[in-house]
Amino acid sequence: MDVMAQERALLAALADGLPLEPRPFAALGERLGMTEAEVLEALRTLGERGVVRRFGVVVRHHELGYRANAMVVWDVPDDRVDATGRTLATAPGVTLCYRRPRRPPDWPYNLFCMIHGRDREAVLCAVERAAELAGLEDMPRAVLFSGRRFKQRGAVFGPTPSGEAAWTISTAAS
Amino acid sequence: MDDLDRRIVNALQGGFPVCERPFAVAAEGLGMDETTLIARIAALRAEGVLSRFGPLYKAEGLGGAVTLAAMAVPEDRFEEVVALVNAHPEVAHNYARDHQLNMWFVLATEDEARIAATIRAIEAETGLAVLNMPRLAEYHVGLRLEA
Repeated sequence: MDVMAQERALLAALADGLPLEPRPFAALGERLGMTEAEVLEALRTLGERGVVRRFGVVVRHHELGYRANAMVVWDVPDDRVDATGRTLATAPGVTLCYRRPRRPPDWPYNLFCMIHGRDREAVLCAVERAAELAGLEDMPRAVLFSGRRFKQRGAVFGPTPSGEAAWTISTAAS
Repeated sequence: MDDLDRRIVNALQGGFPVCERPFAVAAEGLGMDETTLIARIAALRAEGVLSRFGPLYKAEGLGGAVTLAAMAVPEDRFEEVVALVNAHPEVAHNYARDHQLNMWFVLATEDEARIAATIRAIEAETGLAVLNMPRLAEYHVGLRLEA
């Protein structure tokens, strides 16, 4: 198997998550005809190339009691936006934080984050705390609560044994 | 969920080691043993608290492209426009939001050119402007949501 084919097979095998056993990478390798060392090496390469962001868990917000969320945006001067964004990302309740282009006149905002809370009031409190932490109190802002969701799926990267998408984009507002 | 579960969820949102005995390493950091951690994760998955446990991918790393797009849709055309937009397989998420720009969706495609082509198609079909707001920088979020 060439490297690309091996990587694709590995990503597909990981689609349903990591096997829950003491040596999960050895178990994956067994399924794919790779050694544990080869699996670890392939995953490290994928990490270095930026294909795999990190290993970890994705929680279901609703099951954890976070029932409200909003996209919160600010207009921050270009020379301050990176430093401000880095701080904003560390605020409680912030799950994503990005810089994006402004689209004047309709859209003057360049710093975007998602903030989750138990309810709308908790989200608004978290917005205030985040603004204070990142020095954003005086910057123009908008809070866009999420309304109806019309579609949610993962992007598709090859078929999996279970027939589900082999990888998903883990964010609500990539 | 008890306190131990909460600590597990909080710790693992920050990352999981890639090594021969990752559960043993993660368990040590949490002051529990490997067997307990594996059993707890299995239970949290079964309860649906964890939707995924494994690698989190970056679409761009796979050669794909992702963007966030927004439209101002007149209220009386909302349902019609939702149907037109969602008919495109490139549309991954689509949310209504309370703003003049009231429809926000994520496009995920194999390459940049496909993003531009999909946006042009949606504009032609709906007669409405689509604002394209790709990510320019990402700021690292550590712990995502406290359990």
